Amino acid sequence: MGANLAANYVQAVAMVLFVIGFANLLLQKNLLKKIIGFNIMDSGTYLFLADMGYIKGRVAPIVTDGIQEVERYINPIPSGLVLTGIVVSVSVTALMLSLTVRLYKRYHSLDLDEISMLIKKEKGV
Amino acid sequence: MSRRKTDEEYRQTGAFRFFRWLSGSKDAYIDTVEMKPQTEAVETKEEEERREAEHKHAVEKAYDSNNRAIIVFNKIYRLVAAIFTVFLLVSLIYAVSYLPKIGDADNATSNEVARRYIENGVQETGAVNIVSGMILTYRAFDTFGETNVLFIATCCVMLMLMLDEKILEKMDGRDDRRFEPKSDPILKTMASFLCPVIFIFAIYILFNGHLSPGGGFSGGAVLGAGMIIYVNAFGFKNTQRFFNETIYKIAKISALCMYGLIGSYFYITGANHIANHIPLGKVGELISGGIILPINIVVGIEVACTMYAFYALFRRGGL
Repeated sequence: MGANLAANYVQAVAMVLFVIGFANLLLQKNLLKKIIGFNIMDSGTYLFLADMGYIKGRVAPIVTDGIQEVERYINPIPSGLVLTGIVVSVSVTALMLSLTVRLYKRYHSLDLDEISMLIKKEKGV
Repeated sequence: MSRRKTDEEYRQTGAFRFFRWLSGSKDAYIDTVEMKPQTEAVETKEEEERREAEHKHAVEKAYDSNNRAIIVFNKIYRLVAAIFTVFLLVSLIYAVSYLPKIGDADNATSNEVARRYIENGVQETGAVNIVSGMILTYRAFDTFGETNVLFIATCCVMLMLMLDEKILEKMDGRDDRRFEPKSDPILKTMASFLCPVIFIFAIYILFNGHLSPGGGFSGGAVLGAGMIIYVNAFGFKNTQRFFNETIYKIAKISALCMYGLIGSYFYITGANHIANHIPLGKVGELISGGIILPINIVVGIEVACTMYAFYALFRRGGL
């Protein structure tokens, strides 16, 4: 075990969030709950990225009073990456939800096992 | 003497096909993509009973308490999933404990790239907000890709959920909208106060993206949220007066094209060391920042259209 776990507790929380979302993906049978789990995973990633860019005692990267020294601002790159993540997660969530709507309209169920059972029956297996 | 095309000749040109597609009189999918109209299934009593029986049968079969194989499989699956999750958690936290200390200025992440963005960003991009300047000039290709992702996502959701216009007209006042708060007095009064404020706030965020926290994505999201409140309060009929499918298509596609044009101009001039004719302006003023302000506006339009389209498509299957 490394020495920095206590200092990096925010990242540890981000990892716990990620794993909670991943466990939801694996263990839930309900499709909507799976999608919620996916979104929790996304939140963990954002928290991790945002925490990566933070530097103690520095302010947000918006130039004030014309001061342009590196020692004054936090790292702006992870903040930009979080934005990319949010946009992709919104799109993917909308796509998954629309697929779920179509599945529900067809099979009148959100339970994954039940849907696969009904599909099997349809195919005549 | 200019030569005039006959109607027959004009019909063979690309412009005719483009404007026919744009006006929506010819659907590009008809005769090219196999399509089945989405209809709400009308069930008789027997059919419903049969479906219920099938449903029950499927549930019984999926969670059969007498079928040993299923029980064993479910148990093993849960066990393996739990073990894998715990393994993942332990290994991730183990990795975190070896990462450099957060808040340390000497971390590997705060490297020369970040230094360059902070030290030269204001001079090179004209934006006071370094993140905004970074994502819309240095990393403009990346942001263009994001905007395309949003565009493609709405196209896919439309393919999945869009209903035929005739069905929509027939369903007017039914379907999901049976839960619509029809002219709810509280919502209506509040929305008439809130909507203008939200729209003005959204425009403020859009136009100040290079000066303060904000920009195209957040401003567009606020604008979309304002439109969703408006729809909830006043219904789709009122919204369609200023935002229908044609306006949605024109706004969305022209915003994306504008972004592409501005971005490619910026990149071609920059890559070939040609003088860039977009003035950066005085740093800190509203009209400044070169390409950042127009790109923020087109991205805002794109995001607002996306947010509203997602909501409208999920709610009633049409804009």
